[in-house]
Amino acid sequence: MAETRYTKDHEWVRLEDGVAVIGITDHAQNALGDLVFVELPEPGRTVTLGEAVAVVESVKAASDVYAPLTGRVVEKNAAIEEDPGLVNREPSTGGWFFRMEPADPADFDALLDAEAYAAHVESGA
Amino acid sequence: MAEEQVPTEELRETPLAALHRELGARMVPFAGYAMPVQYPAGIMAEHLHCRAGAALFDVSHMGQGELSCAAGLEQAAAALERLTPADVLGLRPGRQRYALLTGEEGGILDDFMVTNLAGSANGDRLFLVVNASRKAHDFERIGAALPPGVRLRRREDRALLALQGPGAAGALATLAPEAAPAVAELPFMGVTELRLGRVEAIVSRSGYTGEDGFEISVPGEQAEGFARDLLALPGVLPAGLGARDSLRLEAGLCLYGSDIDETTSPVEAALVWSIGKRRRTAWDFPGAERVRAELAEGPRRLRVGIRPEGRQPARAHTPVQAAPGGATIGATIGEVTSGGFGPSAGGPVAMGYVARAQAADGTPLALSVRGRSLPAAVAPLPFVPHRYHRARA
Repeated sequence: MAETRYTKDHEWVRLEDGVAVIGITDHAQNALGDLVFVELPEPGRTVTLGEAVAVVESVKAASDVYAPLTGRVVEKNAAIEEDPGLVNREPSTGGWFFRMEPADPADFDALLDAEAYAAHVESGA
Repeated sequence: MAEEQVPTEELRETPLAALHRELGARMVPFAGYAMPVQYPAGIMAEHLHCRAGAALFDVSHMGQGELSCAAGLEQAAAALERLTPADVLGLRPGRQRYALLTGEEGGILDDFMVTNLAGSANGDRLFLVVNASRKAHDFERIGAALPPGVRLRRREDRALLALQGPGAAGALATLAPEAAPAVAELPFMGVTELRLGRVEAIVSRSGYTGEDGFEISVPGEQAEGFARDLLALPGVLPAGLGARDSLRLEAGLCLYGSDIDETTSPVEAALVWSIGKRRRTAWDFPGAERVRAELAEGPRRLRVGIRPEGRQPARAHTPVQAAPGGATIGATIGEVTSGGFGPSAGGPVAMGYVARAQAADGTPLALSVRGRSLPAAVAPLPFVPHRYHRARA
């Protein structure tokens, strides 16, 4: 059973058989607008919670995407590098960013659940 | 992905603010105004629609003003020439010209449009449109330079709409069939005062997108109704400041405060064409000394188009380096002043300043983007060909 958690930076994290899939939320893609460029971390890279690991650029601006967990990147979604608009169209499915193996499962438990994330979005932060 | 929290209560609004919100615009602060950066269609769709159909922009934040003189409009034109290198005295009635306000040191204080409305039923006058961010400065500077008898009247009572794109002329003709012949005849940079339906408008065939189109000055209280009438026409969609910026960048047009400012000269900015021929022999404008020296000896740097390779945009303030011979990074030779993604160009586009020796089209460059060196090249401007409605020779 995959469970989805969220960060205050508007990323979603879905745990699938111990591997975390990471993307940006519908709220985030909507706020960014049409994406024109995505740069993803290479598989094998070790990342630390809070580290800037990916870049998304819309027509207007560039933004960082932060590692929501500490661990090792195992796969990136090359499809969104080819077609950044996929993130706008399918932010929580086909527009995923990368998969990683978390070093500490407790990191995942510390993330926001759907309700807390909705409240965070509602608060306008 | 932090989103900016911006207080909006102290921002000014244009007469179309309620309409923007009704249309679902995302409002952002710009030059002291709450302005629509995009509507629900998004910047990409709005940009592409402007190149294919007709896009309506609210540019009412820009400064409108009029110069007049009971003793003859020549005196107003002569007064304005004390502040700009443009040929204002030679501007014919019904014609508009792009002009620069220059400082004594030769920097650009603003760019603006000046129109000769001599012979108008509403009185002989020079009609000025200046940048929103500079209007307080400009009108103060202009007002202070006027001799007795020449009067500056700010027109804060008027709104300004830009209808841009290959469908613009057709849309205007549909809206006001009685004005259709006059609209059709108006050449690029031509201006006429017209009744468009119920609205007395100053219509100029110009814009900031590279497309055919119009900038239309209307009384503020009639602006919303006029905009609604335009938006009700097939093929007319609203577009925000985001699309306006990507359109003008593809068209190679300068944004004041980014591509030109008080440190850049008209020669460096490749805007020498806006200096009147007569002014280049009389050298009687602010900053003439620097302009003259740079024309004679060549400027230190030049504004050029820059096309990054690949897909990653290079934004404003990106350092520009000479292309590395091998793996070494070259010396910094300039800076990107505007950069982003060009939806019609189909890739990243930018402009900026480079050392004169590196300004030739095709010169390889390296852009320092997020700590990495991105290959790029000097590219001819515009990135997308202009499609102005030129008068036939």
